Amino acid sequence: MICQECGQKPATIHFTKIVNGEKTEFHLCETCAGEKGDMFSSPSNFTINHLLSGLLNFNGAGTSIGGPSTEKPLRCETCGLTYSQFSKSGRFGCVDCYTSFAGRLDPLLKRIHGNMEHSGKVPQRSGGKIKLKKELQELKLQLQQKVAREEFEQAAKLRDKIKQLEKEIAHS
Amino acid sequence: MSLQRFLQTAVSEWMNGEGPDSDIVFSSRVRLARNLRNHPFPLLATDTEADQVVQEVEQVVRSEEFQNLGRYELLKLDNLSALEKKVFVEKHLISPHLANESRNGAVVLSENEAVSIMINEEDHLRIQCLFPGFQLMETWKMADKIDDLFENSLDIAFDEKHGFLTSCPTNVGTGIRASVMMHLPALVMTQQITRILNAINQIGLVVRGIYGEGSEVAGNLFQISNQITLGHSEEEIIENLYGVTKQIIEHERAARRSLLEHNKLQFEDRLCRSYGILANARIMESKEAATRLSDLRLAVDLGLITGFSAHIINELMVLIQPGFLQMYSGKELTPEQRDARRAKLIRERLSAALES
Ligand SMILES: [Zn+2]
Ligand SMILES: [Zn+2]
Repeated sequence: MICQECGQKPATIHFTKIVNGEKTEFHLCETCAGEKGDMFSSPSNFTINHLLSGLLNFNGAGTSIGGPSTEKPLRCETCGLTYSQFSKSGRFGCVDCYTSFAGRLDPLLKRIHGNMEHSGKVPQRSGGKIKLKKELQELKLQLQQKVAREEFEQAAKLRDKIKQLEKEIAHS
Repeated sequence: MSLQRFLQTAVSEWMNGEGPDSDIVFSSRVRLARNLRNHPFPLLATDTEADQVVQEVEQVVRSEEFQNLGRYELLKLDNLSALEKKVFVEKHLISPHLANESRNGAVVLSENEAVSIMINEEDHLRIQCLFPGFQLMETWKMADKIDDLFENSLDIAFDEKHGFLTSCPTNVGTGIRASVMMHLPALVMTQQITRILNAINQIGLVVRGIYGEGSEVAGNLFQISNQITLGHSEEEIIENLYGVTKQIIEHERAARRSLLEHNKLQFEDRLCRSYGILANARIMESKEAATRLSDLRLAVDLGLITGFSAHIINELMVLIQPGFLQMYSGKELTPEQRDARRAKLIRERLSAALES
């Protein structure tokens, strides 16, 4: 098999990616794979560009991205990156790109991750309030369950905790 | 001074540690991608902005809290020679991207090299922890702790909906990439590997291996990692990878047992032949070296060949790479010279190990 990147050397590195049941195969020679990324660093690094431009083109089909120049290109005001630049490189320019391109982000994230919302670590300091809010949500859920199971003693304890947490959130 | 130390030892100190199931899982790795809120991502940063990021990170690394974790040192890529960078890449301390394409790139290394923090790679911070053997949760806890220290004093880009914001949307959310490096020679020999790897691919994990001629993987080394970073917690991601790895370990052990039970003579012959070649060959290409060393490692793990420790073979796997060979020889080598040098190095290392 010949390398799909340079079309010259034999492909010695092969792998398949499947996200949400969509299968993409990659066959590269060692040189091309080496240029694109490291075995160890980010396993998907060297295919991300292909993968993303595929996804982004799909998303862009039928919209004005890269289309007639009469429309103002979608652009991040903070860093100046346009959406079409992003769709070529697959890389954002700054944190605010996430808000600037928000309208187009959800379907893209859904396609890559199968999810659109974070549910992992929340940083202590900058995410303090967020963390408390998530905790509160969790407690309220538990409370419902206790009430449903008629475990009223424990439900009362939870209710106290919830009150306290709500105070904390109001004051922080 | 300390740079010499980093380069002199091919094997990072952490590799000498024993880890659980280290006959099959060589290492566990966790990488976290993080960015500073008030700076453009490295791709669009000016040199001054990139340098500012290095300075802000350096301040944290120098803080008392951070140094309480152990000794950490910051190295700027601009101060390294091309060969030094190559060696760092071969030791997996930095990525080829940081070595070749970054501007004002830097790396923070712990003394035992189990922790390396890349600055101005694709993201401002890439915190990576590498532990020997199968210790994914421990590796994550270490990375988490270092992440907390940075977050204490730096404004990390995070939003409630998307989690940690990264330069590439494939890393957003947790920013975590957890992986295990597995040695699976018996699954390859018994031709079960394709079926197993296909199954792994179906469940959102990625497998990478380097293939030699035909379909056989050089070195029988496979890296398995999570693909999805958004929508699952770090613990869920780690537990999922842990569970799958555990199953593959069982399959590999079963395949080893079955080879010993049903084809012992042929199996032993194949492994011992490889040892004979390693101990005597005058020319050794890197692919063949990887295959033969994999055989030797398996023979040692199964007690078919005695007198070597697994560490020696780990060390050789690192040493036989082009950058190390040239470092070791003190000069640039042509590919032919490298193959001869590689063969010599392996012969010498193996005979020295037997004498000691
Ligand atoms: Zn190629
Ligand atoms: Zn931007």
